[in-house]
Amino acid sequence: MVSATQLQRQYAEYTTSLYHEGYLNDQFTQLQKLQDESDPDFLVGLVSVFIDDSKKLLDTLTTAFQQKTVDYKQVSLHVHRFKGSSSNIGAQRLMRVCVLFINYCKEKNLDGCLWCLQQANHEYILVRSKFKALFKLEKQILKAGGSIPMME
Amino acid sequence: MDSSSTTVGMKEEEEKPHVLVVDDSLIDRKIMEKLFTNSACKVTTAESGQKALELLGQGEDKHTHMNKGPKINLVVTDYCMPGMTGYDLLRKVKESSDIKEIPVIVVSSENVPTRIEKCLEEGAQEFILKPLKQSDVKKLRCHMQFRRSIKGRLCIGA
Repeated sequence: MVSATQLQRQYAEYTTSLYHEGYLNDQFTQLQKLQDESDPDFLVGLVSVFIDDSKKLLDTLTTAFQQKTVDYKQVSLHVHRFKGSSSNIGAQRLMRVCVLFINYCKEKNLDGCLWCLQQANHEYILVRSKFKALFKLEKQILKAGGSIPMME
Repeated sequence: MDSSSTTVGMKEEEEKPHVLVVDDSLIDRKIMEKLFTNSACKVTTAESGQKALELLGQGEDKHTHMNKGPKINLVVTDYCMPGMTGYDLLRKVKESSDIKEIPVIVVSSENVPTRIEKCLEEGAQEFILKPLKQSDVKKLRCHMQFRRSIKGRLCIGA
């Protein structure tokens, strides 16, 4: 039976590594601080919306690039939105891919865009699994009677 | 149930500044809603400029619509929105005789000086870069104008 303390240490180490690797940034910490006892599932709910929203955006982008003529203006609007939501949730790596993506759209650089789309898909899958692992650890800590350590 | 305590509870709710958050992104709406609720504000959200205008009583049927809707003390709008942009919404608010006094804050994820100038010239109270922080919201509270409407007698004590 793993103790709450051990789980908390695991959690702290995991979050630190996520920050070091650029998966999450300070914005995520700010969101954690917004959560309180009256709304304990705020962050989980928000991330869930982000994951669903991102999937839809990626599907839309994939379809856009399957067209005979790519509408770079439309694509740019979608990527801009993706950049916004990534930035707001603290998903730094994903946000950076979006910044690059927007630049390639401005240049109408098809190869650049396709590469970015591939990267975005990749980063999305990664950050999704990181969030899943993070929330799983949180649940375990709470079940073991501990509290979630905050990143400082 | 003590009826006077219910009245006090309702008055407290009414006296909270009422913020209208306008953004096409659900995530951004949820975050801003949380930031403002944490600062003791009442929040209504709208996913478009059009919807926001309706909530401000400026919808298409505004001439026939007797009820102008809830009293909004502050509008916070995203700049980049499909259809009616935040800038368009700002203009419409400032052009309307009914609601031009309501302060409008424009938020954007992009730091574009010409964009910022344009909004401030059009009458935006402030232009803030996303993502919004709790400290930004605390500062905004001073922009909110709200009058305590004392309906009838003010009950003090028991």
